[in-house]
Amino acid sequence: MEVRGRHVACALAQLLAALCAPVAAAPFVPTDEVQVLERLPERTAPQYRELKRLQAAAVAAPADAATAVALANAYYALSRAEGDPRYLGYAQAALAPWWKDAQAPTGVLVTRATILQSNHEFDRALADLTTALAREPKNGRALLVRATVLTVQGKYVEARADCPRLFGLAPEFYVFACLAAIDSLTGKADAATAALDRALATLPGDDVSGRAWGESLAAEIAHRRGDKSAQRRFAAALAADPRDLYTLGAYSDWLLDNGRAAEVIPLVKNEARVDALLLLLALAQKALRRSDAEASIATLRARFAASRARGDVVHRREEARFALQLAGDPQAALRLAKENWSVQREPADLRVLAEVAAAANDAAAAQTVRDWLAHTGLEYAAVAALVSAGKGLAK
Amino acid sequence: MIARLLRMLAFAALLVHAAASAHKPSDSYLTLAVDGATINGQWDIALRDLDFALGLDGNQDGAITWGEVKAKHADIAAYALARLTVGPAHGACEPVVREQLIDNHSDGAYAVLRFTVTCAAAPKSLAVGYRLFFDVDPQHRGLLNLSAQGASRAGILSVDAPVQQFVLAELSRREQFADYLKEGVLHIWMGFDHVLFLLSLLLPAVLVRSLVPGATWTGAPTFRHAFWDVFRVVTAFTVAHSITLSLAALGVVSLPSRLVESAIAASVVLAALNNVRPVVFGGRWIIAFAFGLIHGFGFASVLADLGLPRDSLLLALVAFNVGVELGQLAIVAVFLPIAYALRDTWLYRRVILAGGSLLVAALAALWLAERAFDTTLLPALKFGT
Repeated sequence: MEVRGRHVACALAQLLAALCAPVAAAPFVPTDEVQVLERLPERTAPQYRELKRLQAAAVAAPADAATAVALANAYYALSRAEGDPRYLGYAQAALAPWWKDAQAPTGVLVTRATILQSNHEFDRALADLTTALAREPKNGRALLVRATVLTVQGKYVEARADCPRLFGLAPEFYVFACLAAIDSLTGKADAATAALDRALATLPGDDVSGRAWGESLAAEIAHRRGDKSAQRRFAAALAADPRDLYTLGAYSDWLLDNGRAAEVIPLVKNEARVDALLLLLALAQKALRRSDAEASIATLRARFAASRARGDVVHRREEARFALQLAGDPQAALRLAKENWSVQREPADLRVLAEVAAAANDAAAAQTVRDWLAHTGLEYAAVAALVSAGKGLAK
Repeated sequence: MIARLLRMLAFAALLVHAAASAHKPSDSYLTLAVDGATINGQWDIALRDLDFALGLDGNQDGAITWGEVKAKHADIAAYALARLTVGPAHGACEPVVREQLIDNHSDGAYAVLRFTVTCAAAPKSLAVGYRLFFDVDPQHRGLLNLSAQGASRAGILSVDAPVQQFVLAELSRREQFADYLKEGVLHIWMGFDHVLFLLSLLLPAVLVRSLVPGATWTGAPTFRHAFWDVFRVVTAFTVAHSITLSLAALGVVSLPSRLVESAIAASVVLAALNNVRPVVFGGRWIIAFAFGLIHGFGFASVLADLGLPRDSLLLALVAFNVGVELGQLAIVAVFLPIAYALRDTWLYRRVILAGGSLLVAALAALWLAERAFDTTLLPALKFGT
């Protein structure tokens, strides 16, 4: 039996989604020797030279944990900068001799936890961080990563306890930002914004990533509260770092909410390799009734199918949104949003849950959202409106 | 998924900016179509992954051209096929790459290897062993799609599960039962250590302990007497090895095979020596039970080598065990009448019981040494499990 081309991806898609979009053409033999088939992002990345040096060092000293950690951290940084999870696998390979060692050196534990949380293995990440902090209570990186993971899980009390411990271990801006990020999720958005402003004022001009981060955090707080200052904040964040993928996504969300879909397209069209940004591109294309929406939707469908085929679950938030807003399948969206909520509890996760609860008319999910808002005090106008009393029970 | 605070790690110069949700991790797509003794394969492997492992970008300009890929075709084929085995559970078949193409998937360009795997005969079961990229990217997955006899099956090959087994011949449950039953019978017959252990315990069954001073044994008074003695020993052995065979096959208990094999050899030595210098007489069924537990682990390793069908594990287990019992009964059915007839002869007492037992004990002692020290002393007599 001859197996043809696109059909590998499609066969998997068919198997799992019973839907097959002809995203890839049939296999072919290029006719032109100089035809470029693929571009390698890391070759042009500024860190490439440093990465080569670390790779060579790791080859020269395979048993040295510090060298391995340095290489793994470099790969991790690339995975964030490029939005490419392949580098997480390379980072894991760099730590291979210690990957399953519960008593690995502290540096390995912290980097391993950082990689694990990227794959949504939050509990394993927390176990590593707790071991690391038991050995080195003043490990700033471990504290920060733990605060992050706990925040993603919605465990705000524990998360907040880690922030003050950063005093003296990180520049003050990061300590106040750590606190503000959590306060903004627990009913103290005003105070958090004010604290963030004070902290930003202390930030040196050359810390562009810190500024981009602080401004986009302030922008998202404003976005959730329906505050007009969001526009100015996003602009400041992008001025500090125009290529920050996170800010690009958050700003696109704000634009879509404010009926400015046309501005989303130039913002993300060159970042379509990142699933979350391709999703936003497709949403904007659909809102504008553009014909290229179909191609983006087909690509997303193939990527989600491939992701499920390999047993990954890290895309459930995006996939729930895709199912609801692009595939028109609120029941699938509901299942995905609920599964996602059981693992991660950021405002964006709550919003997806609220949207599908309203669309699928699911009273239990709506109640979950209302309970969360009441319990945490999260100020999120759009979410509150979606599940306002009785709405989930209508019909 | 965006661990938002992580972006603050920039303070430690460990991180650049955080990214939004990442795109697809590394996967390869492996399609196998079984057609008799021939398997047609197509393997789509991302050029980026091949570049990371093999360095496709000859001129280091960050762009991979068709010319650069073509120059590496031989390397790609050798690298990939060295990391894939396709074939029946025992012994792989030979793969040969027919052609290499290019395809575009949702996340970039892939090398497409079309290959043919030729087996000696149409395989009844297929094991796919996959190791591509696991050393450089433990998060890599091989996404397998296997089609045979009009049905297709999917599998995910990962660093933690690098082998997938498929039963190809669409055997009916009865045929499947018969297959495992036959394996069970063959195993007890071919597994000399089990047979010798059992026979060592059975040899004295047609005798009773002598009350006459100077003589150890005297013939069993009745066939009935001998029969019940055999029955007790065989039943004890059966019950014991069934227990451990089931526990091991279901994955409840596992013991290192070297320990199991050594203990089996030791059990044969002890059972045989007991016939020369009897320590245990009527209670031989207790020995049968105690060592039967060990022999069960030995059976389980054979069953594991055969490859257990995941959807009919219990059926295979029961069939294999029944096969072992039937094989055992056949041995007993031949042994008991002959032994009973000869029980009062010099031949039986001296040559078979005493001499035979010594020979068995010596042979098993060699097995024990071989297995315990992992050496080969008896190249021509590699019997046993």
